[in-house]
Amino acid sequence: MAMVVLKVALYILLAPVLGGLMEGLDRVVSARMQGRQGPPLLQPFYDVYKLLAKQTTVVNSIQILFVIAYLIFTIFTGSLFFGGGDMLLVFFALSMSEVMMVLAAYSTNGPYSALGANRELLQMMCYEPMILLVAIGFYEANGSFMVSELAAAQNPAVFKIPGMLIGFIFILTIKFRKSPFDMSTSHHAHQEMVKGLTSDISGSNLAFYEIAEWYDQVLMMGIVAMFFISKNPVSIVVAIVMCVIFYLMETLIDNVFPRVKYITMLISSWVVILVTAGTNLLILSVLN
Amino acid sequence: MTLLNLKAAVTFLILFPFVMAVIMYLIRNASLLRNLVAVVGGFSIMATAIMVGVKVLGLKGTTHNTFFTETVLADHVIMGGEVLLMCIVIFLSIKYKKYYAILLSALGTIPVLWMDLSGRAVEGAAHVRVDYLSAVMILIVGIVGILICIYACGYMKDYHNHHTEVGDRSNYFLALLFVFIGAMFGLIVSDNLGWIYFFWEITSVCSFLLIGYTRTEEAVNNSFRALWMNLLGGCGFAFGLMYCNIHFEIGTLSKLTTIIPRKDMLVMIPVTLFAFAALTKSAQFPFSRWLLGAMVAPTPSSALLHSATMVKIGVYMLIRLSPMLYGTFTGVMITVIGGFTFFAASLLAITVSDGKKVLAYSTISNLGLITACAGTGTTEGVWAATMLILFHAVSKSLLFQTVGDIENCMHSRDIEDMHGLIIKLPRLAFIMIIGICGMFMAPFGMLVSKWAALKSFVDSNSVWLVLFLVFGSGSTLFYWAKWLGKICTVIHQSYELEDITPKSEMISLVPLTCMIIIMCFAFPWMSNTMIQPILNEAFHKNIPNVIGGSDVVIMMIMVGMIFAIPIGSRFLAIGKKNKMTMSYVAGVNAGDDRHFIDSFGKERALYMSNWYMTEYFGEDKLLMPSIAISAVIVVVMLIIVIGGAI
Repeated sequence: MAMVVLKVALYILLAPVLGGLMEGLDRVVSARMQGRQGPPLLQPFYDVYKLLAKQTTVVNSIQILFVIAYLIFTIFTGSLFFGGGDMLLVFFALSMSEVMMVLAAYSTNGPYSALGANRELLQMMCYEPMILLVAIGFYEANGSFMVSELAAAQNPAVFKIPGMLIGFIFILTIKFRKSPFDMSTSHHAHQEMVKGLTSDISGSNLAFYEIAEWYDQVLMMGIVAMFFISKNPVSIVVAIVMCVIFYLMETLIDNVFPRVKYITMLISSWVVILVTAGTNLLILSVLN
Repeated sequence: MTLLNLKAAVTFLILFPFVMAVIMYLIRNASLLRNLVAVVGGFSIMATAIMVGVKVLGLKGTTHNTFFTETVLADHVIMGGEVLLMCIVIFLSIKYKKYYAILLSALGTIPVLWMDLSGRAVEGAAHVRVDYLSAVMILIVGIVGILICIYACGYMKDYHNHHTEVGDRSNYFLALLFVFIGAMFGLIVSDNLGWIYFFWEITSVCSFLLIGYTRTEEAVNNSFRALWMNLLGGCGFAFGLMYCNIHFEIGTLSKLTTIIPRKDMLVMIPVTLFAFAALTKSAQFPFSRWLLGAMVAPTPSSALLHSATMVKIGVYMLIRLSPMLYGTFTGVMITVIGGFTFFAASLLAITVSDGKKVLAYSTISNLGLITACAGTGTTEGVWAATMLILFHAVSKSLLFQTVGDIENCMHSRDIEDMHGLIIKLPRLAFIMIIGICGMFMAPFGMLVSKWAALKSFVDSNSVWLVLFLVFGSGSTLFYWAKWLGKICTVIHQSYELEDITPKSEMISLVPLTCMIIIMCFAFPWMSNTMIQPILNEAFHKNIPNVIGGSDVVIMMIMVGMIFAIPIGSRFLAIGKKNKMTMSYVAGVNAGDDRHFIDSFGKERALYMSNWYMTEYFGEDKLLMPSIAISAVIVVVMLIIVIGGAI
C-alpha cells in the first residue's frame, strides 16, 4: 500500500517535469530538423509560468470548470495507471477526462472552438478502439488487467503482441495531435482554425490545459513502456530507451507528413487497428 | 407472505392493469381525476411489483413459486383473446388495405388454436413460475413502466394542446399503455409456452395500435411495418411452440431449458425459432426498421417500447434460452447478429439529428450488445446482459421523457435546436446530462455493463465480438459526446424559456434521475442480490464478482469526484473573478457571440452545427446494406438449423 502511495505521489510530482521536458525536447528536435535554432529546452516551463501570471479571460463561467475537471481527471487517470490499477478502468477514466476537455470547448460557443471540439471527438473515435484493444492485448498476453501484475510478467508483452504495439504507436500520433493528424488543435502555425480546441482558453486556464497535456504524455509513454517491461530489472532500461526512440519518431512523423483530411484519418486508423491489433488478437486467440 | 399471497399478488399484477385500462378508457378527458386515478392505480401496481420482487429475491436457493396447474377457465379466456387479437388485426388490415398482415396473423394463430382445440397441447404443468429473473423483470416493468404511464397523463394533455390536428383519443392511448403493462407482467411470469405466446401477441398488437395512434399516413405505414415484423416473429414463436408440444411433449419453457442440446440436437429447432422471434421483438438487424418507425407515436409510447417493455421481451427470452445457446451454432449466429447490430446502429446514430431517432438507434445498438452477451451463453455474458437491461431501462426511459418534455417546451426535438439548452431549460438540461452520462460515460452504469461484456467476450475468446465492441464503443462515444456538447454550450444574452413541464411528469423524471445516480453506487449490491441468484438458477454455479474489489472503490471515488467538482466550484470562488469576454471569431464579432461581420460589412448570424458525416455513414448508405447482411445471417441460421435437423 505504501509503495502504491509512493508511486502515485512520484507520478503527481514528477510527471509535469518530465512531460514539460519531453515537450521541450520535441521543440528543440523539431527546430533542428527544420534547420532552426529553436527555443531552449525549458521553454515549455517558461510558457506555463507566464500563462499562470497572466489575467484569465473566460467566455463563460462553466468553461473553467471543465478545464479543471480535465486536469483533475487526467491526473487521476495517470495515478490509477502508475498506482498499478486496472488497465480497462484507466482507459475508461481517460476517455472521461477527454470528454471534459471537449465539453470545455463546446461550452464557449465559439466557431473555432466548436469545430475543434467536433474534430477532437472524431480523433477520439479513431483511437478509442485501439486503446481498448491494448488493454485486451495485455490481458491475452499476460493474463491480467492489473498494471501491477503486468509489470511483473515473465516476458515482455511485446513478444506476444507486437501488432498491438504498432497499432498503438500509430494512434499515438492522433492522441498527441501531431501532424498528419493534428486536426482538433495544432502546435504548428499553419492552422486553418486558429487553435481549434483551445481557441477560447487563455491565461491560467490555458496553463492548466498545458499541464494536463504533460501528465497525459507521460501516461501514454508509460503505456508504451508497459510493452517492454517484465520482472527483469534490465527491461526498465530497455523500456526507457524504446520510449525515447518512439517519442522522437513521433517528432519525425510530425515534421515529415502534411495534414490529411479527416476521412483519411478515420479510415487509415481503423484499417491499421484492424490489421495490426485485430490480427494479433486473432492469432493469440487461436494459440490460447 | 406465503405462497398463496404471492399467487394473489401475481394475479393482481396481471389482471389489475387490464382493469386500470378499462377505467382509463372510461375517463374521456384530461382532468385532475384522471391524473389521480393513474397515480393511485399506478402506484398500487408499483407497490405490488416491488413487494413481489423483494419477496422473491429474498428467497434462498432455487425458487419453487409455481402455480396455476389447473387452468381450464383461463385457457378458454386466452383462446378467446387470441381470436380477438386476430380479429383486430383482420379488421384494421382490411380498413387500411394491408392484407399481408391478415396472412401472418392467421399463420401464427390458427395452428396454435387447432393444437389447443384438438387436445394436442401438453397440460399438467404449472402455468406460472416466478423465479429470480422474473422478479428482476417485474421490478423493471413495475417501476419504470408505471412511471412512464404516470408521465403519459401529463404529457398527453400538452401533446394535444400543440397537436390540434390529431384527434384527442388520449383515453384510448392511456388504456393501451396499461394493457401493455399487464401483458408484460403476464409474459414475464408465464412458464407455459402457450401463455407466453398469447401475451407475446398482445404486446405485438398493442405496439401496433400505439404506433398508429395519430392515424397519419406515416403513422399507419410505420405501424403496419411494426405489425408484420412482430407477427413474423410471432409465427416463428408459434411454430417453435407447436414443435415443443407435439414432438417433445413439453409445454413449459422451464422444462425445455433442462434439455441438454448435445444429447438431442433436435431441441435446437424450437430454440432457434424462439431466438428468431426474440430478434424481431428486440429490433435487431434486419428487423430494426419497425423500432425506428415507432417514433412517430407520442413520446410515452416510445419510452415504453424502448425501455421497460417491448424490446426487452426479446432479450428476456434470449436470457432464458442462454444456457442452451452455449457453444451451439445458433448461439454463434445470435452473437454475430447482436455484435453487428451494436456496431452498425452506433455508426448510424452518428448521422441523425432527430433526438428521438438518435435514441432509437442507441436502443437498437445497446439491445445488440445485450443479444450478443446472451448469445454467448456464458455466466459472465448473462451477468452483463442482465445488468445492461437494468441500466438501459432506467436511462433510456428518462432520456425519452426528457426529449418529450423539451419538445413540448421548444416545439422541436432536433438536437441542433438543443444548442444552449443549459441556458434555455436548465432543469431539463441537467436531467438530460445525467441521462446521457448514464448511457456512455465512466463510471455510470451502462459502462460497467459494457466493461463486463468486454471481459466476457475476451474470456470466451470471441475475437469478432471484441472487435465489434471496441469499434462500436468509439462511435458510441462520438454520438453521445457531441449531443452532450450541444446541451452544454453557453450562449450569451439567451433567455430561459418557460419550462411548462407539469408536476405529474416530474413525479416520473425525478425518481428516474435519482435511480441512475443511486445505481452507480449500488451496482455491487445489485450484482449480489439480483443477478447472482439468476445465474445460480440458470447455470447452477457461482461466479466470482465480475467487477469487484479495488475497482469498485475507485469507481466510487470517480462518482464522488464528478459530483464534487460542480458543487465545489459553487462554493469556492473558482472562475468568479475572471474577466468575461466574447468567444473568438477572428475579430469580427458583431457585439454578441451570435453574429459576425462578413466581408461586405454586413452583419450575419453565426450558427454552429454538429458533425453528422452523412456522406459516409448516412442512412441511405449504411441502412440497407446492414439489413441485407444481417438478413443473410438470419436466413443461413434458420436454414442450417432447421434444414440440418430435417
